[in-house]
Amino acid sequence: MSLNDLIFLLPEIILATGASLLLIAPVTGLRDSISAKWAMIALLIITAGSLLACSWAVPGMEQTAGFARMFALDAFSIFFKLLFLFVVAIVVLLSDDFLRESRYSTWEYYSLLGFALCGMMFMASGVHLATIYIGLELLSLSSYILAGYYKNEQKSTEAAMKYFVLGAVSSAILLYGISLIYGVCGTLNLLDIARALSTVVSNDALMFGVILLACGLCFKIAAAPFHVWTPDVYEGAPTPITAFLSTGSKAAAFAIFVRIFYVALPGFHLDWSMVLATVAALSMIVGNLAAITQESVKRLLAYSSIAHAGYVLMGIVAMNVMGLRGVLVYSFVYVFANLGIWSIVLMMKRHEYAGEKVSDFEGLHSRSPFWAFSMFVFLLSLGGIPPTAGFIGKYFLFYAAVQAGFGWLAIIAVLMSAVSMFYYLRIVVAMYLRDGKEADVTASGALKFVAAVCVVATIVFGVVPNDLIDQVSSSAKGLHNKGAVTRNATR
Amino acid sequence: MLETAPSTDAYLMLSGTLFAVGLIGVVIRRNMITVLMAIELMLNAVNINLVAFSHRLGSLEGQVFTIFVITVAAGEAAVGLAIIIQLYRLKSTINVDEARMLNG
Amino acid sequence: MLTKLWLIPLLPFIGFVLNGLFGKRLGKAFVTGVALVSTFGAAVVGTMAAFQYHAQYPEGERYVQTVFNWFTSGSIHADVAFQLDPLSIVMLMVVTWIGALIHLYSVGYMAHEDGYWRYFAYLNLFLSEMLVLILGANYLVMFVGWEGVGLCSYLLIGFYYKTDYAPAAGKKAFVVNRIGDFGFLIAVFLMFAYLGTADFGLVSHRAAAGVDAWLLTAICLLLFLGACGKSAQIPLYVWLPDAMAGPTPVSALIHAATMVTAGVYMIARSNALYRLAPDAMMVVAIVGSVTALFAATIGIRQWDIKKVLAYSTVSQLGFMFIGVGVGAFTAGVFHLVTHAFFKACLFLGSGSVIHAMSGEQDIRKMGGLRSKIPITYWTFLIATIAIAGFPPFAGFFSKDEILGSALSSPYLPAGVRYLVWGLGSVAALCTAYYMFRLVFLTFFGDFRGTHEQEHHLHESPATMTIPLIVLATLSTIGGFALAWHHTLAKWLEPIYPKIEGRESEFAIANEVPLMIVATIIAAIGTWLAYVRFYKRGLAADESFAQSSPAIARGMENKWYVDELYEAIIVRPLEKISLFFWKFIDAIIDGLAAMLGYIVQGFGDLMRFFQTGNVRNYALMLFLGVIVFMWVIS
Repeated sequence: MSLNDLIFLLPEIILATGASLLLIAPVTGLRDSISAKWAMIALLIITAGSLLACSWAVPGMEQTAGFARMFALDAFSIFFKLLFLFVVAIVVLLSDDFLRESRYSTWEYYSLLGFALCGMMFMASGVHLATIYIGLELLSLSSYILAGYYKNEQKSTEAAMKYFVLGAVSSAILLYGISLIYGVCGTLNLLDIARALSTVVSNDALMFGVILLACGLCFKIAAAPFHVWTPDVYEGAPTPITAFLSTGSKAAAFAIFVRIFYVALPGFHLDWSMVLATVAALSMIVGNLAAITQESVKRLLAYSSIAHAGYVLMGIVAMNVMGLRGVLVYSFVYVFANLGIWSIVLMMKRHEYAGEKVSDFEGLHSRSPFWAFSMFVFLLSLGGIPPTAGFIGKYFLFYAAVQAGFGWLAIIAVLMSAVSMFYYLRIVVAMYLRDGKEADVTASGALKFVAAVCVVATIVFGVVPNDLIDQVSSSAKGLHNKGAVTRNATR
Repeated sequence: MLETAPSTDAYLMLSGTLFAVGLIGVVIRRNMITVLMAIELMLNAVNINLVAFSHRLGSLEGQVFTIFVITVAAGEAAVGLAIIIQLYRLKSTINVDEARMLNG
Repeated sequence: MLTKLWLIPLLPFIGFVLNGLFGKRLGKAFVTGVALVSTFGAAVVGTMAAFQYHAQYPEGERYVQTVFNWFTSGSIHADVAFQLDPLSIVMLMVVTWIGALIHLYSVGYMAHEDGYWRYFAYLNLFLSEMLVLILGANYLVMFVGWEGVGLCSYLLIGFYYKTDYAPAAGKKAFVVNRIGDFGFLIAVFLMFAYLGTADFGLVSHRAAAGVDAWLLTAICLLLFLGACGKSAQIPLYVWLPDAMAGPTPVSALIHAATMVTAGVYMIARSNALYRLAPDAMMVVAIVGSVTALFAATIGIRQWDIKKVLAYSTVSQLGFMFIGVGVGAFTAGVFHLVTHAFFKACLFLGSGSVIHAMSGEQDIRKMGGLRSKIPITYWTFLIATIAIAGFPPFAGFFSKDEILGSALSSPYLPAGVRYLVWGLGSVAALCTAYYMFRLVFLTFFGDFRGTHEQEHHLHESPATMTIPLIVLATLSTIGGFALAWHHTLAKWLEPIYPKIEGRESEFAIANEVPLMIVATIIAAIGTWLAYVRFYKRGLAADESFAQSSPAIARGMENKWYVDELYEAIIVRPLEKISLFFWKFIDAIIDGLAAMLGYIVQGFGDLMRFFQTGNVRNYALMLFLGVIVFMWVIS
């Protein structure tokens, strides 16, 4: 390690320092939530700026990995890091009202969010299982606390407890898998693992390791049958945190999922692809079917997010260029649709947990047509109806599956996305075709801003997605080429 | 000295057993503190694995990773205990069976 | 205008945006103006583009205009591109002009409804999406329109949201359509994966260059699944009768003239693929003929004026599928056009009747309206004659061509040809029967409604009658004009790419005898209805239900021939109808509902597993891990 390596980490260092400062800031007497918000936003902007500067300063990004090849600053990680920064910035905006009303400590909240973001950024950059694990734990520990942030609410505490117990168990499972892989390959570096595996024939220890690792990761992305925590945690957690968990934290898990399986394990694609294909199919079926009977919007969206994890897994199962791009595109467009929905849910909210039933959306159209329309667009995007952005994402993933010979998986996926419209339409019916209570929508400027940004993005990326696709292609390029090389070596 | 050490298989069996005990502990124990201990057990099973492999492979990576895992385990325990305290404040119990408001 | 093809769908879209955003505030006059200007504008622009196209491409080549590249990734290249060729021009004329007429009609029909602006916003959006569907130059753009029209149809079916059934009907329509779309989407994926493109021209070119037969059959069958959903064929027809919950002009435009024919258009558009996959064509022809007969028989026993027309639409769509299924693509498209004329006229006429009857839809409560609403009566009668298939009205030519082609199709084995022709002919008889039943019960006899309804009876305003007259005129001469010297066939000739050994259009054998047979069939159906409902009115129908020894009585009666016919034709027919309606239809509908219950059951099962106890969750994690480890080792 040399001092030059620090440049790889500069954004994370700034962010971690900033988050620590946020934690101790109240000591100086600054206590109001407004300055906390602005401090957090400033921190995010500085981090983003330093990230762009560093990426520009590090030459030959695709190949370089700092800190003894533990930490990469490649196009792939920059894509995800910018996405995470965006998500957290939006979550900050969404949190505004909730923090002002609840009078819980604002500074700690933002600090934890900062640490979670830092963990996510480590995950995106990790090319070494240790780096990835540390990032994952940093994210998880912060999320456990954030999920229980309504300290005086039983639901919130219960959600934190469940999230913690299951999360800890799953990361132990993941770690056990890592330890077995380490035992077989003698290294924790993803590229070295790929190299070591190119001379290894499939054996039980390795396969157990891979499966345990996959199970641990499936928990993080909330794929069935490791999804059980999702609805409970999404329902119990404060809504802005639910928004964070369902977008940022999930996208981070996808990032490491892709990185590990595309870089380290392409050689054993045949062995693990069937397991992951089963998980994907199961997630789509369980998520979509269970969502149908839900009355709570948060639970409904939790189940739908399980289904979406299934769709994204198809891209990993497919193991081809389209699949890789599909995962990135989908993570991207899913973030906008989902954050948009959460912003609308927050608008409907009146106190702690109210405004979270499907019936609370009744008559939204007559109360505020524009927000009803936005919600409609977000739901269409989740359902994959063109020309919203969700269609493009789904298109890539489904096509990747067909291309890779997983036609049956694509058929399940398309059928299940037909089922998904059924429950998305329940909300649409409630909004457009029912008379509601004449309560006003209490939307703060921040919420309106978020919803407007998301609705514009959802439409724009659906109608003219080429810039996004180009960006994604160049971000994904480095990853897949390496994968392809090792894969050929094993055949 | 190296020759007298048990083979890696023995370590693997030990760690596998410990891991299973931990996992079963989480499933069957109702007391949240015990659950936390079971989780620690699982993490330590991983540590045994890592150290054993590191020893066999003659690479330090595994041992360094073990230190990280121990650190994380400490953090996890802290967060876990905090959640337990919060749970106790609200429910006056740390029996996990009592916390099932969220379901369906 | 040819270079501004994108303007055609854009105009109604602008109308949608204006009406959707400002319609509520700026009032009715504004909404009406925007809606009419945008739709008639689209029609005029479309017509001008068509003339320019014909001047520049007299041979009927494809004119493709790429607006921008939608997305490109690796081998996938999808453009937002529009095209004009003889087939899309036919559709363009039908959709824009009938669409514009129905907009005009709606101004009168919806005048007193709440949500006037909402209605026109959705209707404009529909027209825009429909134009995207028919002008799209590749399957992906077509799919965008395909989903879009489904969405608008959903919104418009649910327009009367205050009733219980309308939102449910809308949702049913949307979900059933999505099942069909699933087939469409998978077919598009297969095209990209194996043919490397979704562009209409390239797909047919590459398919003809030699592809595995299974692939083409799979693509064609999947596309047909999509068509089944959109065009309401067995078993996905269940949504269309329910869709009548929407406003009547919507039924006329979307659920009769345009959207539901999209499936026929799509198959005609893919004729090069279908001609290479005769197995798929056989499926199309058989499903079409069974649907034609099945829906026609159900139509016999319906009492709701719109339900009769709805089942009739399903049945007529079946005829179109017979046409494209036997390889007579021109005949299928021809029937699509004539059907658009007379069915739009019938629906608008029924709307006018309902309007006059202050919202009553039950034909048992009508009767004798002939003199009260003469314009509606005459136009309705003309359209009925047209759909029944009497020469020289529009329906005669197209239906005759379809049935004639079914007999001489080179693509199907002889047995199937006769089966399809037989089913189609019986369906034609039923068509004449139920349509004239409708006419006799509605316009003849005594008025059976309440006093108040009778008092309010009035002819509809000019905005409503003008479209009726125009459509009735088209129903009269449209078929003859297009059949004269095979105008339509010659016009459409260029859309059939030459494929070695596969005829694009074939000569119909025994044309004149078949025409005579067809006319006789229509006459029998009409005569039966005349005997049954004109002479004896509704009372006969009710007495009939309480089964009496008809033959014995008939012998004494001077109308014994009628009685005989009743006994040997009408009565079994009505029994079959009742059976189909109350049994088969109920079963298919029940299956759809059951599917819903099963899905809900699964949902409940999932909830059962979601106990809320964290220890159970941990157990599930544990079991998941164990199972996967067991599977892999």
